[in-house]
Amino acid sequence: MEKGTSRVKRGLAEMLKGGVIMDVVTADQAKIAEEAGAVAVMALERVPSDIRKMGGVARMADPTKIDEIQAEVSIPVMAKCRIGHFTEARVLQALNVDYIDESEVLTPADVEHHINKWDFTTPFVCGARNLGEALRRIGEGAAMIRTKGEAGTGNVVEAVTHMRTVTNELRRLTQLGPEQLMSAARDLGAPYDLVREVHETGKLPVVNFAAGGIATPADAALMMALGVDGVFVGSGIFKSSDPPAYARAIVEATTFWADPEVVAKVSRGLGEAMPGLEIDKIPANEKLAERGW
Amino acid sequence: MSRDQGPRVGVLALQGDFREHGVTLKAIGAQPIFVRTPVELDLVEALIIPGGESTTIGKLATRFGLIDPLIERIEAGMPTWGTCAGMILLAKEVVGPEQPLLRCLDIVVERNAFGRQNDSFETDLDIEGLDEPFRAVFIRAPWVVKVGDGVEVLATVDGHPVMVEDRHLMATSFHPELTGDSRLHQRLVDLVE
Repeated sequence: MEKGTSRVKRGLAEMLKGGVIMDVVTADQAKIAEEAGAVAVMALERVPSDIRKMGGVARMADPTKIDEIQAEVSIPVMAKCRIGHFTEARVLQALNVDYIDESEVLTPADVEHHINKWDFTTPFVCGARNLGEALRRIGEGAAMIRTKGEAGTGNVVEAVTHMRTVTNELRRLTQLGPEQLMSAARDLGAPYDLVREVHETGKLPVVNFAAGGIATPADAALMMALGVDGVFVGSGIFKSSDPPAYARAIVEATTFWADPEVVAKVSRGLGEAMPGLEIDKIPANEKLAERGW
Repeated sequence: MSRDQGPRVGVLALQGDFREHGVTLKAIGAQPIFVRTPVELDLVEALIIPGGESTTIGKLATRFGLIDPLIERIEAGMPTWGTCAGMILLAKEVVGPEQPLLRCLDIVVERNAFGRQNDSFETDLDIEGLDEPFRAVFIRAPWVVKVGDGVEVLATVDGHPVMVEDRHLMATSFHPELTGDSRLHQRLVDLVE
């Protein structure tokens, strides 16, 4: 009986496909998410839009909060640690969370290194803006990838850019000759073995979700149509005017993304989405997607 | 639709790893059909309910009017196989909080019975009727705590049933779609007359 193998770690992400993972800050919110049909919840201290507003150092959630959320719901519970903060990650593993998000939404703890994720039994998800970044994280042991988007903005444009970038780079890689793969690996800054693998298969070796700025059912359906395997929603649910209704509608739009009539139906009368931010108005040093490399 | 391309096997595609089941079905010459609506359900001769989150799949099936049509087809004898979340959905009863179920298979199931993700595992499993062990992947997997009359236990882990069969119904706690081993998919297809 072997635990913590790549197949087992990547396998949980496979089971989350076609689903919505929701940020929650309390056990009550976790319950709302589960009742709406979330496939997992992400436990954190503050949702990204509040982290953005309040500034300061954003850290791993209080273990008591994680315990409370785990006690409340039967679906998987994920939690975030800071980039490079392997001790926060060890704490989260000890708390028996189901997935660790080494996340740019929190303040990075190491400006040069991400966590060596092969050291852990608990699987990791990491953000990526392009194929090279995705393959570097997978090379470090990530078992799931998500777009970075720009968290806490309610603006889907960055998530779209990141997903389109990954798709284009994947497509290009499949068309190269074998003699071009080493220079492609150099240009992408990606491990050669993974570049070769992707050249063969034409897809990432792990599940890839959308994250960062998804605020409406149509946003979720758009990302699914662009080829992501599922959706993270951060501030989009609990910063909307009617969280249970938004949560449910986004779940339904994610399953029926290819059917605009269903997306129309679930989008009716939801009330106000979370307030949005224009990316250009965000000072460069406050862009979360720039964190990590 | 013709039968030239092999039996039409539905895969419930509301959420979860339905695509992988489709790949394995194609590899053994069956025609996978992803089922999200009652109309799509009418097209199929057998059904796989895949792994995923059982609460999510159950809620979506309820909201989109699939529960009654599914029960009707399954009770009329359609060969049906539930893997992991699918086992839970087929069960008559689940230990713990209420959730939408089809209740077609006379078993009581405990969710996440092996523990959280850190206790997920893979192992070589002996299955009754198979000559060679099956590489079985258990992800936050359920096990069966009680079987009704006529339900046969085909595999166990530490004494807990993880694969059962009752006439046209199969249920496994593990994920054959993750390993590419098609022997259990073949077993389902063989149930289609």
